Amino acid sequence: MDLVLENLVKRFGERIALEIPKLTIHRGEFFTLVGPSGCGKSTTLNLIAGLEEVSDGTLRLGERVLNELPPHRRDIAFVFQSYALYPHRTVFGNLAFPLELGGAPLDEIRRRVAETAELLGLTALLEKRPRQLSGGERQRVALGRAMVRQPQLFLFDEPLSNLDAPLQTQMRRELRRLHRQLGTTFVYVTHDQEEALSMSDRVAVMQAGRIRQCGTPREVYEQPVNIFVATFFGSPPMNLLPANLERDAEGAWARVGAWRLPARICGEDRKTDAVTLGIRPEHLRLSREPAADAWPLQVTLCEPHGALIHLELEGDGIHLTAAERGQAGYALGEKVWVQPVREWVHVFDQRTGERIGGGET
Amino acid sequence: MEGKNGLRTLLLVLVLGLMLSFVLAPFAWQVVTALKPSGQLAQLPPLLPSPPTAQHFMAVVGAPGFLRAALNSTLVATATVLLAFALGVPASYALAKLPVRGRGFLLAMLLFLSMFPAISNVGPLYLLFIRLGIRDSILAVVLAHSVFAMPFAVWTLTSFFQEIPDDLYRAARMDGCSHLGILRHVVLPLAGPGLLSVGLLVFIFSWNEFLYAFTLTASPRSRTLPVAIALFPGVHEIPWGEIAAAAVLATLPTVLLMLAFQRRIVSGLTAGAVKG
Repeated sequence: MDLVLENLVKRFGERIALEIPKLTIHRGEFFTLVGPSGCGKSTTLNLIAGLEEVSDGTLRLGERVLNELPPHRRDIAFVFQSYALYPHRTVFGNLAFPLELGGAPLDEIRRRVAETAELLGLTALLEKRPRQLSGGERQRVALGRAMVRQPQLFLFDEPLSNLDAPLQTQMRRELRRLHRQLGTTFVYVTHDQEEALSMSDRVAVMQAGRIRQCGTPREVYEQPVNIFVATFFGSPPMNLLPANLERDAEGAWARVGAWRLPARICGEDRKTDAVTLGIRPEHLRLSREPAADAWPLQVTLCEPHGALIHLELEGDGIHLTAAERGQAGYALGEKVWVQPVREWVHVFDQRTGERIGGGET
Repeated sequence: MEGKNGLRTLLLVLVLGLMLSFVLAPFAWQVVTALKPSGQLAQLPPLLPSPPTAQHFMAVVGAPGFLRAALNSTLVATATVLLAFALGVPASYALAKLPVRGRGFLLAMLLFLSMFPAISNVGPLYLLFIRLGIRDSILAVVLAHSVFAMPFAVWTLTSFFQEIPDDLYRAARMDGCSHLGILRHVVLPLAGPGLLSVGLLVFIFSWNEFLYAFTLTASPRSRTLPVAIALFPGVHEIPWGEIAAAAVLATLPTVLLMLAFQRRIVSGLTAGAVKG
C-alpha cells in the first residue's frame, strides 16, 4: 500500500512550515527525507504519524485517508531519536505496552514479544530496565516496540544520531537487513547526507519546507536539480565556480578567466549568461604534466583521509578542492595541472541556482 | 595539611551546632516543659524535670477538644492534598505538555497569587465564606489552604512534568494512549517522587497553618490543632504544661514525615530550581 501526500500544507500561525504538492512513497520502499535542520523533514514525519495536525491537504495510506485518525489507529509505528523507552518498565514491559493498550490477550502478548525479541536478539534482556542497557541495545528495544504491532509503515526520526560512529555503521546495516526481512515501508528522516545515500531506495531532499528533489541516491548525487542539492551531498562538497556563457559557431562555452569548457545547455536561450559551474572534488584530474586547457594551480593544503587525500588548490583567483588517491603524493606548495572530467561538470543558473546543463559528454 | 582539615571540621561542627541549637532550643524547652510536674513549671533549677511526668500528656489526650482537633487537622490536611492533586495534576500536565494558549501568563498569575501574604486575603475569604454559608466548616479551611497549596502544587508539578522528555509523551500517543492514559501510564509513575514531595509539603503546610484556620472556624467542630492549642488557656490560669504537651504531640507527625522522606523532599524542593 502506497503512502500518498497530496497538497499537504502545515502552517504554524501564519508561517507555512511545509508544503508538499505531491509525494508518493511506494509500498516496501526505504524512503529517506533528508535536509538541514529546520527544513521540515521532522514535521513531515509528525504529520504522517498524526502527532501534529495537517493544516491542509490529504494523507492517504492505500485507500485510507489518515488525516482524522488518531496516531495509534493509523497502523504506523514511530522510532524516536531519543528511543523514548519507558524508564519505569522492563524491556518486556516496553515491548508489550502497545499490545496491552490494544487489548490483546496475555498469551498473544507473550508470544509476539518473544518473537520480536528473538528477531532483534533481545531475549536475554527482557527483564532489564532501559537504564541498564547500552545505547545500541536501547535502540533495538525502540525498534522492537515499533515492530511488535506489525504496522504497515515505520517512521524513523534520526534514530542513529545518538550512537557513536562504529555503532552507527553497524546499525545502518542492521536496519537495512531488517527492512529487507520485514518488507515493510520505511520512512526515514536524517540530516546526514551519507546516511541518506547509503541506506535509501529513494531520497527526498528538503529545504525551507519544500522538497527540492526526489530520486534514487544516484540521481540526487549525479544529477542534482539545483545548487542546494548539489552541495548538500558529497564530502568535501562540490566546487562552485562563477563563469560566463559564451556562444560561437562550435556551440556554447563556459568561461572562467582564461580557461573555457564546452557546455551543453538545455532549453531555450537564457536571459543571463552568468552561470555557476559545479565540479565534485573527485571529478578533478590532477597532473604534473602541463596540458593546453588545464589550470596551473598550487597545492595549499594536504589532508589525508586514508584511501583518499583531499587537496586544496589555488591560483589565478580560483580555489578548488580535489579528492585524489594518495599514490601520486602531491606535496604542499607543488604546482599541478588541473582539469575537470567534462561529463561531470554541472552548469547552474547563477541567479536561480537551477541546473541548466552540463559539460559536453 | 591534616591540622588545617581538623580545624575546618571543628569550625563546621561549631557553626552547625550553634545553628541547630538555635532552631531546636524552643522545641527542647517545649519538651522539657511538657514533662515537668506542675509544681516545677515556674522553677529553675531544676532545668530538667525530676521526676518527669506524663500528667500533662494524659490531660491533653483526655481533654474533649484535643482528639477532635487532631482528627480535624488530619481531615483538613488530607483533603487539601487530595484537592491539590485532583486539580493540580491535570492542570500541570496541560501546562507542561499541551499547547495551552497564554501558558506563561497562567503560570505567572499562579505565582502572583501565592505571593499575597495570607493576612491580605483572609478578610475577603471570611466574608465570602459567610456568604456561601460554609464558615466554621472543614470545607472552608480546606478551600482557604488550597489558595496557597494549589499554586505551589501546580508550579512544582509543572516543572516535574516538563522534565519528562517530550518523546515519551509522543511515544505513548503512538502506542495508543489518550491524554488520561499518558497521565496514568507514563506521567504518574515517572513523577512519583515529585508527587510524594508535593503531597508531603502541602500536608505539612496545611497541618501547621494557623491564621486561616483561626479566622474561619468558630467551634470545636471544625477547629484544627494549632487553633485548639492557642485557645487552650483556661479561665483562671494558663496551663503551660498542657499547652507544651499538646504542641509536642502536634509536632510529632510532621517531624516523623520529614524524617521518613527527607531525601525525597529535598529533591522535590530543588527540582524546579535546576531546570524549567
